[in-house]
Amino acid sequence: MSGARIEVIERNCKGCSICVEFCPKNVLEMDVFLVTAPRPEDCIKCMQCELLCPDFAIKVHDE
Amino acid sequence: MAYDYESSIRPGKLPHIWCPGCGHGIVMKGLIRAMDTCELDRKNTAIVSGIGCASRLPGYLDACTLHTAHGRAAAFATGVKMAKPGMNVICVGGDGDGTAIGGNHFIHACRRNIDLTYVIMNNYIYGMTGGQFSPCTPTGMLASTTPYGNPDPVFDISKLAIGAGATFVARTTAMHPRQIDKLITQGIKHKGMAIIEVLDDCPTSYGRRNKFRSVIDMMKRLKDNAVPVKAAAKMTPEQLEGKFLTGVLYHDTELPEYCEQYEALTKKAQNA
Ligand SMILES: Cc1ncc(C[n+]2csc(CCOP(=O)(O)OP(=O)(O)O)c2C)c(N)n1
Ligand code: SF4
Ligand code: SF4
Ligand code: SF4
Ligand SMILES: [Mg+2]
Repeated sequence: MSGARIEVIERNCKGCSICVEFCPKNVLEMDVFLVTAPRPEDCIKCMQCELLCPDFAIKVHDE
Repeated sequence: MAYDYESSIRPGKLPHIWCPGCGHGIVMKGLIRAMDTCELDRKNTAIVSGIGCASRLPGYLDACTLHTAHGRAAAFATGVKMAKPGMNVICVGGDGDGTAIGGNHFIHACRRNIDLTYVIMNNYIYGMTGGQFSPCTPTGMLASTTPYGNPDPVFDISKLAIGAGATFVARTTAMHPRQIDKLITQGIKHKGMAIIEVLDDCPTSYGRRNKFRSVIDMMKRLKDNAVPVKAAAKMTPEQLEGKFLTGVLYHDTELPEYCEQYEALTKKAQNA
């Protein structure tokens, strides 16, 4: 089953775009300096974005 | 699902000071997961560092932390471990801190095989001070102090550690987050000196000067050039050109650990 709730902690995000680049399902996008998750239904919960974010700024929740 | 890092971080400390895309944050998360896996009691765990961007890491962690003098993490950690052998002692720091000014302390802690876990973040440069070359800056690359290219050969940190006597030596990269916590976990469980070298990126002081287009470029380089030790065994030297080995590079469970040896010596002297 795919789909997840992606939480971005805006206070911590520095806009490096690592999460966007290495998401295998193109769930995430940069909105200038901040990451957004316009396609959460495509998420396969591989956790790459959360594991690779250097800034504790993105979390993948079940749902 | 989402990992609880916050319980391990001192309240109000985020966002951290590291630059956008700096790999040190990825390493810190791996360390937190490893400490959780090993169920380390934070009151009985010392995180010790020297000076540098990497060495800022202990300040974020809710544990017993020591931010010491440049290059002296291994020396202070040795002192802590000798005074309290029951404590878990973890060193963290950079390539400059650990192998330039602190090179001596690093090799002698390895030689003693004292029970420390040392996570060394190798971003090939002195990040904090604006990009002077370190013993790990690849030959030919640019640093503020090598404007025509670095003429020096490099230290391979893992090989240095093995040569100096460390009994658990492993390497991974900031692009292999699950391997970071797996190797640190193994290092913590190992009785003796454990070195975990994490190849890392410094977009600000190294990447920009060396014409990496972006932090993504640097991360792709780490991802594409990592070769697991098992796979490397089947490859020719030509195929391994420009690559680096990842995984457990050396593990010796036989060699005696220093604190135990020292305690035995103390008993012997007391009974003499
Ligand atoms: C005795 C002393 N000499 C020099 C310095 C300046 N200094 C601060 S950090 C640093 C290098 C840090 O490099 P590294 O350990 O690789 O950490 P990074 O910033 O790359 O993470 C230097 C030379 C200092 N603080 N103290
Ligand atoms: S968990 Fe994986 S698929 Fe989902 S957003 Fe993160 S990187 Fe993309
Ligand atoms: S990896 Fe983290 S800091 Fe970088 S853009 Fe994504 S959420 Fe923001
Ligand atoms: S200068 Fe380099 S090492 Fe220091 S925080 Fe910035 S990117 Fe990281
Ligand atoms: Mg460095």
